[in-house]
Formats: sequence, C-alpha cells, structure tokens
Amino acid sequence: MTTAILNERRQQVHRTGQGPMDLACNRDSLAGAVSQRACVFCGSRVVLYPIADALHLVHGPIGCAAYTWDIRGALSSGPELHRLSFSTDLQERDVIFGGEKKLTAALNELIDRHQPKAAFVYSTCIVGIIGDDLKAVCRAMSEKKGIPVLPVQSEGFKGNKRSGYLAACQAMFQLIGTGDVTGIPATSVNLFGDFNLAGEIWIIREYLKRMGVAVVANITGDGRVDDIRRCHGAALNLVQCSGATMDLAKMMQESHGVPFIRVSYLGIEDMADSLYRVAEFFKDCDPKIMDRTRELVRDELNKLLPELAMLRRDLEGKKAAIYVGGAFKAFSLIKALRHLGMQVVLVGSQTGTKEDYEELATITDPGTIIVDDSNPLELSAFLKEQAVDIFVGGVKERPIAYKLGMGFCDHNHERKIALEGFIGMAHFAREVHRSVMSPVWLFTSRKITASTRPIIKEAVA
Amino acid sequence: MLLRHTPKEITERSALSINPAKTCQPVGAMYASLGVHGCLPHSHGSQGCCAYHRSALTRHYKEPISAATSSFTEGASVFGGQANLLQAIENIFTVYEPEVIAVHTTCLSETIGDDLPQMTDKARESGKIPDGKHVIFANTPSYVGSHVTGFSNMVKGMLRVAESTGKKNGKVNIIPGWVEPADMEEIKRLCALIGVAITLFPDTSGVLNGPMSGQYKMFPEGGVTIRELKGTGDAIGTLALGDWCSADAARYLDSQFKVPCRILEMPFGLKATDRFIDALRTIAGVSVPEEIAHERGQLVDLISDMHQYFYHKKVALVGDPDQLIALTEFFTSIDMWPIHIVTGTPGKRFEKKIKKLTEGSPFPVNVRSAGDMFLLHQWIKNEPVDLILGNTYCKYIARDEDIPQVRFGFPILDRVGHQYFPTVGYKGGIRLLEKVLNALLDRKDRDDSEQSFELVL
Repeated sequence: MTTAILNERRQQVHRTGQGPMDLACNRDSLAGAVSQRACVFCGSRVVLYPIADALHLVHGPIGCAAYTWDIRGALSSGPELHRLSFSTDLQERDVIFGGEKKLTAALNELIDRHQPKAAFVYSTCIVGIIGDDLKAVCRAMSEKKGIPVLPVQSEGFKGNKRSGYLAACQAMFQLIGTGDVTGIPATSVNLFGDFNLAGEIWIIREYLKRMGVAVVANITGDGRVDDIRRCHGAALNLVQCSGATMDLAKMMQESHGVPFIRVSYLGIEDMADSLYRVAEFFKDCDPKIMDRTRELVRDELNKLLPELAMLRRDLEGKKAAIYVGGAFKAFSLIKALRHLGMQVVLVGSQTGTKEDYEELATITDPGTIIVDDSNPLELSAFLKEQAVDIFVGGVKERPIAYKLGMGFCDHNHERKIALEGFIGMAHFAREVHRSVMSPVWLFTSRKITASTRPIIKEAVA
Repeated sequence: MLLRHTPKEITERSALSINPAKTCQPVGAMYASLGVHGCLPHSHGSQGCCAYHRSALTRHYKEPISAATSSFTEGASVFGGQANLLQAIENIFTVYEPEVIAVHTTCLSETIGDDLPQMTDKARESGKIPDGKHVIFANTPSYVGSHVTGFSNMVKGMLRVAESTGKKNGKVNIIPGWVEPADMEEIKRLCALIGVAITLFPDTSGVLNGPMSGQYKMFPEGGVTIRELKGTGDAIGTLALGDWCSADAARYLDSQFKVPCRILEMPFGLKATDRFIDALRTIAGVSVPEEIAHERGQLVDLISDMHQYFYHKKVALVGDPDQLIALTEFFTSIDMWPIHIVTGTPGKRFEKKIKKLTEGSPFPVNVRSAGDMFLLHQWIKNEPVDLILGNTYCKYIARDEDIPQVRFGFPILDRVGHQYFPTVGYKGGIRLLEKVLNALLDRKDRDDSEQSFELVL
C-alpha cells in the first residue's frame, strides 16, 4: 500500500532525522481534505462548557447545540446546568429577519428560570453571516438581569479550533477581576486548561492541597463563575493544554500581573516536575513546601512504579502512534509511553504550532513520522507502514485503529478514566496494556506471535 | 439528579429549544450518502460541521466515517464557496479516488447563496470530474426541517443520475428511509424470499456494519451503485417506506419517469410489515412464501404468549416521524399505549397522524412535532410512563425518573446491537418486543417484593 499524501500536504509531514524540520502548520485545511479538525465554535464550546453554574446558550441552527450536548464528560461536583443543551434553534424566518429578538426572548426565559451565575452566548456561522448584534443583545440583557451575559464570538468559519479557544478566553476575561479577592492565601493558584474529564482536576487539587497550595479557580473543569471572577487574586496560574487557555493566562499576566507556568499532569516526569515548579515558586513564602512536595512525589511513586515495571514486561518494544488535538499533550504522552518501554513511531496533531513540531522532532527517535492536520487515509497508511501496536487518539481515530487490528487508547473527550496525576499514569498504563494485550487480536488477521501473549496479569483490576 | 433543572410546570416556549429531539439536515444527508457505493460525502461549509457529523456517525456505528469538507474560511464566506468546492472536487478525485462525491450544503453556504447546480456544472465543464465518476448533491439548509429532511433531500439528490431508456427493467425501487444497515439487509432478504428484484437506495448495509478485516477501507463493498441508481428510472414501480424520509424521492421518479409509487409506513411491527409484504407479494404475483408466513406466526406467537405483560403499559416515544408512526401503530396493536410522543422534526401532519392512530387510547395522549426532550420530560413528570423508547439522550430522563428505557433511533452512543440486528419485518418485530419485554420484566423482578418475586413469568 502506498502512503497517500496529497501533494500539497507533503510539507505537513516530517520524518525525524530526515532533512531539516520545517513543518508547515497552523494553516487552513485544504478544501476536499478529510480533515480531523473542527471549527471555531467547537473550540469555544469545549473550553467554556465545563463551567457548571453558567448558562450556555448556542445561538444558531439546532445542529451546533445538538452535537455539543454533553459530549465531553466534564464532571461537576455541584450544579449540572452545563449538561443541558440550550439553543435558539434558528429557522428560515430568523435567517431572513434576524435572530436578535429570539435570542433576547430565549435569554429572558432561561435566566429567569435557572438563575445562573452568568450566561455565555455562542455565536455560530450563520449569526456571523446574518449579522445579529450579539454584543448589544448581551449587554442589554446583562443590565436587565444583573448577571454577566457574555458573547462568545465563535463563528465557525473564522479560523479553526484555536481561534475558538481565543474567543472563549476573551469571554472569560470579561469575568476576571470582577470578584472580591479577600481571604485568598498567598500560596494560591488557578488551574488553567484542565476540563475535569473523568474527575482529573480533583486529583490535581488533592495533590496541591497536600502541598499546602490553595486553588482559587478551576478554568474550566468543575468551574464556577464566582471563582473565575476572583481568580485574579491568585498568586500563580498553572496552564495545562497548550492551546486552550494560554491566551487567557497571557491576558491575565498583562492586566493583573499574575504570572503563569506551563504544566502537564500527564506522565511521571511532567507531573512531578509541575508540582516541583509550583513548590519552587512558593518556597519563599512557605519554606517547607518543597519537603512536602518531595514527600508527596515519593509516596505516589512508591505506589506507582512497581505496577509500571510489571506492565512494562509485556509492553517493552511495542510500537505506539499518537494523534491529538493540541501538540503539547503529545510531549507528555511520548514520555509516558517510554516509561512503558514503548516506542513512539508516529506523532500528529490537529492544531500544533511550529515550535511544538520542532520540539517533537527533537525528542522523538529517528524515523518517527510527525504530521500536522492529517486524514484517515494518510493515518491508516502510516499506521500500517509502522506496524503500530496501539494508537492513542480521539473519537474519529478509534474505529480506524480497530479496523486495522490495533489497540487504541482514547486520550481525548471520550476517556472514561482519569489519566492525569500519578494515579492517572497507572490508569494509562493499564489501559494501554489491556488494549495492546487484548486476546481479540488473536482472532484477527494481523500477525500475532506467541511472545506477544501477555506474560503477566494485571495486579489491580 | 442531572435534570433537576427541569420544572414540572409547562410553559409555552417559542424562542428556545432545550435538549433537542432532532439535529440538523447535513448529518442526514451524510448518512444517506454513505449508502451509495464508493461515495465520499462532502460537506460544503465550515470544518466543524463535517467533524461533528463524522463524530456523531462514528459514535453510533463504531465504524470509521470519512467525509470531506470545503473548509470554509472568512474569505469563502464573503466571496462564495465556488473556488473551495472546485478545488475540493479536484483534490478528492485525485487523492481519495471515490466513485461518487455527494455534496451537501450547510447553513453557511446556503445563506451566502452558493449555487450547487451551477458549481457542479462548472466542475464538469472544467474537467475536474474524471470520466465515469459522478458528483451528486442536495441542498440541506440546517435551519429548515431536521436531520430527517436532510436525509430525504439527499435520497432525492441521488436520483439526479436516474435515466429512462424507455424500456422497463422489471425491478422495483425500494426506498427504505433512515433505518439501520441491518434493517436494509433484512429488507433485501425479504424481497429475495418473495422473489422481487429490487434496487434499494440508499443501502448502508456492508458500509456501516462491516466486519473487522485488518484493513481500513475508505470505501467498503456495500452501497447502491450509480448503475443501479441510473436504472431507477426504468423500474416498474417504487415502494417508499416512510412518508418523511422517502416520499419525495418516490414522487420525483413518478413525475420524472412515470414510475408509479406507493408510500407505505416503515415496516416496524405486525401491521406495517403485513402491508409491506402484501405490496411485494402483489408486485411479484405470488403468494407469501412459507418462510415469511412462519416468521409472522412466530411474532404473533410471542405476542400471544406474553400479552398479559403488555396490557395497558404506558409508553413515551421520542424520535423521528416515520419510525414513531409505525411504532405507535405497533404498540397500540399489542395493547401498549404511547401517551407522550415527541419528534423534533417540524410538521403538523405528524401530530394528526398520531392522534388518529391513538384514537382508541384509554389514556389522554400528548403529541408534539417540533418538540424537544425537555418537554417530553415535563410531560413524564406530570404523567409517568412504564417505558421510554428513544435514542441515548433519553437516558437522562430514564435515570432521573427511574423508568426503564429501550434504545431506538439515532443516535445510540452507549449500547450495541443496532448495527447487527434488524427491527424491521417480523423478525425485527420479535427483536423489538424482546427488548421491550426484557426491560419491563427486568424492572418487575427488581421491584417485586420478596414475597411476590416469581421464578416463572
């Protein structure tokens, strides 16, 4: 099978060690490509939707709301308003005569009934075309109801998912600085770019608590409007997930002087390193923090490492491919897979930046394929060429892997178990082991040698 | 409770849809397109639409779903999408090599006024469509109708390739409507048993219920071929199953090529299947084959064996019009009574039809077109039911109100089986009743007190 690459896409594929690294990225997808990418609205929606006590109203035809109705599994410890789907369900007459009246009526009704702490109103393609004045409607409603009603300028065609992240950040930024910061301790942080999939943010908050660090706001997993309003009172922002909330961290640094550090809670080194950097930041005001952090890491590793060593016996030398939304996550995944003795032979992302890809080229082994904005045909050809044992990706990649007779691990919206933190690394290792070693592959045409049969049983169910 | 935000008191809403019982046209067009052999669906709009539709279909079928997009940017939205579509057609035929591209529009391309007939003509004239390859299309504005409308529009769009040679080919066109691949397979099996030569379109069997092969095929074996679609103009007749999904295409063949059509209900349940089988038998001029009579007998046998458990059970139904009409008839025929019936798809004639079907109901009946699941939930709060039948999104209501649910419709994101087992025909009826009974009896076993817990039911 030849590896099918659109000629125009050759610049978006690189092999580590072969020629200079100069990946063309952050460009629009080609028309006609079976792209795995999404739109601006999608970017905004996934970032904001975990704020559980806000109203999220999609101003557009029904599809935009229907497809984003509770798809991400962002858990809340309290309100569940975010799990309902609200839409103005624009009809032909609204497209002709404008949808502002309908939007006003919808907001009126929803705010009265649900008494949310704030409302986010998402613009969609059609709203951008018919020219509804979202800002004016939101401003008027804000005054009338006495809560922030925030327009999210997320018209689908105005870029890709990254532009949607920015629009979400701009909407949230309007909240920040409007709350009372009294009582916030000196050792305090905000968690940026964690969406509490499978309860992950609770794991991180627990680590920080053990270190003696207070969390002011979750942005946005298990998020609350009032927390976000006062989050400028925190001493530091911890920014995970490269694309989604980096813009907001930069805005906050500029306007409120809150510094940020980039962190990752995936894998052993990145998790430990992130905690150490937080401790480092606060060591002057809390001299004991470093000791507590070391103790925490030691405790967690003592629990984790024996299990990893055991799983590694089966996984040593197996090949993995990674295709993720933002490239930053790929760095952590590569390291995590190496801990399992696995070799990463393909790394791709929908929206990586030039810097991301340069970094990937540095840390991957020679021959590793690096790809931007790929498509199923290309991915499946690379997966076969590299004889991959497990594919780490999202919803649209899963059935491709299975058809090819490969294991799969969802590291995106549809993960059902927490993959962050030290315990998350154990979960990840178990999930990879479970899929790579599944007996189902013995029934398939892919060649399985006796040595790939699992030699160990999972210690923990 | 997840839906604690749903109040019992019902107020009229005009500006707002909450927890939709529908989605937009393009995903229906995409599903229909996948029932054409070697077809790559193409979404003429922003990237997000295409990604969402592919994800929705992938989650429902657990199969790879490929579709291309015109990847609209701000420029295209201002100057029109012609350049994008022409480049897309060229790229798709060069790289992915489909037999057919099925283009559907989105709210964006509809609103800026992109003219698909003119654009596809232009693609043909400028040689972007290789010899023997085809581009079909349908207008599917997201702000009109629902996913059902989009499906229907694309089915009609397929007939752009239909021809009339003036000589009948002896075949019957069957338009199955939005049913599962397994249902399409079952319809073909029944037709073969009766001995009627058919063209089934669309036909997603073999496309979206394929085996695990160790190969990734962008274009699996199944689907109606362009040659077969061309022949639909020479057919001796058309059977359209479901007014909402299939009637437009059937009427088009009638008016365009004088192919007479009959519009039947989707063959869910005893009576609707009887009518379908009778129509086929009449066309073939044969009596009903023993095998099919046997299957019918088994369905009736099951109903009679267990009828005491169906008696006066109240059901809430939510889904698409064609399915709900057939299911309402099925349930009432076995003494179960749908009392809340909601479709998200607009159309007052749906309400009329359901009211007629439930005329003899011992209970007051609520029915709504252009409704949503928020309303359904409110109705259930006011008048509880014994069973909810609908897609996966019903699980919120089922959990909150502690009511058993049978999954049926689109999308099903949390169970399997719909890919493999039909619910049309007599055998499908048996499966549907098995699921309904199991749900009811599992609940009975769970709720019965120790004293009244029975081994034999």
